[in-house]
Amino acid sequence: MTAPAAPMTPMTPVQAPGIPRIARFLRAREAGTLALVLLVFLLTTLKNHNFASSGSIQQLLVGASLIALLGVGETMVIVTRNIDLSVGSTLGLSAFVVGDLFRSQHIPVWSGFVIAIAIGATVGAVNGAITTLARVPSLVVTLAMLYIIRGLDSKLVNGNIVVPGQVPHAFIEVGYETVFGIPWLAIIVAVVVAIVGYAMRTFRPARELYAIGSNPEAAALAGIPSARRVFVAFVTSGALAGLGGALFLALFAQVDNSAGLGYELNVVAAAVVGGVAIFGGSGTVVGAALGALLLNTIQQGLVAVRSSSFWDEAIAGGLLLAAISIDRLLALRVARSLRSAEGAHREL
Amino acid sequence: MGAGDSAGGLEGGDGAAAKVAADVASAVAVLELRHAAKSFGPVKALLDGSVELRAGEVHALLGENGAGKSTLVKILAGVYQPDSGQLLVSGAEITLHGPAAARAAGIAVIYQEPMLFPDLTVAENIYMGRQPVRAGRRIDRGAMNRAANEIFAQLGVVLDPARPARGLSVADQQIVEIAKALSLDARVLIMDEPTAALSSVEVERLFRVIAALRGRGAAIMFISHRLDEVFAICQQVTIMRDGKFVLNAPTGELDVDTVIRAMIGRDLGEMYQKTGTVPGEVVLAVDQLVRENVFYDVSFNVRRGEVVALAGLVGAGRTEVARAIFGIDRRTSGSVRLLGKALPNGEPAAAMAAGIAFVPEDRRQQGLVMDLAIDHNVALASLHRLSKAGFIFRSAERRLAVTWAERLQLKYGRMRDMVSTLSGGNQQKVVLGKWLARKPSLLIIDEPTRGIDVATKAEVHRIIDELAAEGMAVLMISSELPEVLGVSDRILVLHEGRLTGEFARADATEDKIIRAATGQVAKAAA
Repeated sequence: MTAPAAPMTPMTPVQAPGIPRIARFLRAREAGTLALVLLVFLLTTLKNHNFASSGSIQQLLVGASLIALLGVGETMVIVTRNIDLSVGSTLGLSAFVVGDLFRSQHIPVWSGFVIAIAIGATVGAVNGAITTLARVPSLVVTLAMLYIIRGLDSKLVNGNIVVPGQVPHAFIEVGYETVFGIPWLAIIVAVVVAIVGYAMRTFRPARELYAIGSNPEAAALAGIPSARRVFVAFVTSGALAGLGGALFLALFAQVDNSAGLGYELNVVAAAVVGGVAIFGGSGTVVGAALGALLLNTIQQGLVAVRSSSFWDEAIAGGLLLAAISIDRLLALRVARSLRSAEGAHREL
Repeated sequence: MGAGDSAGGLEGGDGAAAKVAADVASAVAVLELRHAAKSFGPVKALLDGSVELRAGEVHALLGENGAGKSTLVKILAGVYQPDSGQLLVSGAEITLHGPAAARAAGIAVIYQEPMLFPDLTVAENIYMGRQPVRAGRRIDRGAMNRAANEIFAQLGVVLDPARPARGLSVADQQIVEIAKALSLDARVLIMDEPTAALSSVEVERLFRVIAALRGRGAAIMFISHRLDEVFAICQQVTIMRDGKFVLNAPTGELDVDTVIRAMIGRDLGEMYQKTGTVPGEVVLAVDQLVRENVFYDVSFNVRRGEVVALAGLVGAGRTEVARAIFGIDRRTSGSVRLLGKALPNGEPAAAMAAGIAFVPEDRRQQGLVMDLAIDHNVALASLHRLSKAGFIFRSAERRLAVTWAERLQLKYGRMRDMVSTLSGGNQQKVVLGKWLARKPSLLIIDEPTRGIDVATKAEVHRIIDELAAEGMAVLMISSELPEVLGVSDRILVLHEGRLTGEFARADATEDKIIRAATGQVAKAAA
């Protein structure tokens, strides 16, 4: 190394980097969501002791699974400053098509998953292509796709809904079998969350998704192939929505043209509650999955304490607003403390 | 890039040092630009840009606003391709096809406001796309943070590589950019007015960093309007004027006077015609105006028939003073009186009602509705006078617009045309017309001729002169010294939020204004 000509006088001695502190803080966002889940669970159990039964807990996990799975792909898209509103429709389409193939073509069970994922990936590829090539805002593209696919779905179903007897038993087992008391469905989703969650932290292309959402201009200057990365995010989101369709079929064994109706809003809400910034750049898939768990726990908790079902949605909405407001306030506090810590630094 | 270059600039450092040693030994400029020219349509932004950067030297690039410095920087950064001229890196001619090519050639530009990823950590900002990886192409965060820390240690600064970039001060953001440049083995660092937004403590730290960079053998180009800084840290000075190279010399052979003379040194010409008016009563009285952290103790008057210029460098607080007078920004203390009547704090509507018109610098965003017709735009600020019982009479609107269009010699197709179809100069006239239609007693006009062609410029100057001759009080903010000297009766100079000079038209010279604007007042008096 070249010896410096001028003496360097650090303002303070170089300290060990504060990695543990920051890491703890980053984890805290997810920990906070988890703590809320436990809190809601606890409060509900105090009013209704049956809420803590193993059957009820399985219900909580299963009920959150589909939204959590879709939330993984949604997070990848939102992080890049885009949004995917077509996930609910995509799930409905893939669920019906796979169910229809089971009853008419008797395809093998494993291929049901493959086809479901392929259908979703195709929808995602169309979303991604139009968003990145034609530069149409993804809100518009995926909203249009939401209606187009729902329409296509209705045309395909045409009153001929898939009913339980038409789906292979082995396939349906995925929906209700458990391992050590944990539903298969929850395990599959947890594995996806873990893999994507790890990848989002660990691989360069995944980090570039965050960079794109954080500052698109700087991302371009840094030579990041933004269009390609955003495209992949949409394909992944679509593929996971497709997989969600297969799991929907396994869970309910019955599909009409309303499958997945309105899921997109639950998915976006789960991601936001779980700490995914709606304007991109930050948030984790683990957070989104926990957000899905929180929303589902709140909903089922309201049922368990027998509040008027009229108020269920309003209360869920109010809690959503409260969660996001608290999150914003915390984020502001953290930003301020970072700034003042730095100020103190400079005083030294 | 694979795991081999995981430590970024650290392992590469020895190689770079060897390269640098070779550069120093051969005394060949690391980066040389020869006679570069660049035009944008009819506008010749750069006529002869020449500069020679050597290893281990800090080289100042000086010139007034519009001298062609930014164009030159953008050519070196690969953002613009010159129309003619040569660019040599270590003596070999190259062409930069884009920012990536400049980066590959070892040239890094640190802009005044760095562009970071606020949500990512400091270390990731430095190594984005080049993060150190281990087996399986997994990012090695530990190695990345250590590498960042090692660069910070070389620079003699303390910065937590694992903290998010959000909330970093501008000074720290620049450090991150410099660290990124080092991790890329940049041999040339171009700093475009890095000190403009820094406090004095931060400037000191930056200077220590620059010294450390010099020690590593980097060639540094330093652009600043603050001459004391230039004399403190630069070994070479290159001065530009009107898009041309004028002077290059070691700092030791120069003094402030020579530098200032080289920066201005041009005839004012007979472009400006000034009607002699005798200023009347005080229209605007600003007393002890303060906006915390922006400007302090600003007091002055503007009289009827008088054009007062507010001069100073970009960022000195000129526009902010105007905004506080008009009430867009709240003042912390002090008073603003119009024709003897105190104006309330932070109420533009009251300022408008009292008779102030404010023509902002950014016409597109603040002054005009681009998709609306010319006549609508002209009438926009006078609607209450044109309406009866809440209805606006289209004919009255049209009449008003035509009157002002004639008066201002607006070149337009039809009154119905959208304002966006007009040229920049004519857009400026529409903004002027919009405010003049209100018959204000005080006109505040910010950079009246920025971005408009020479002919229209002269017309705008003539209009300002006429308005003053008719008894309007005019407060003009301008960065162009010839304009300041040619148009105004009195010149106020702001430096870092404080008034540092006031000159009557007769005693004002470019030299005096530059001294006041760069904080050299004490020396000027001596």
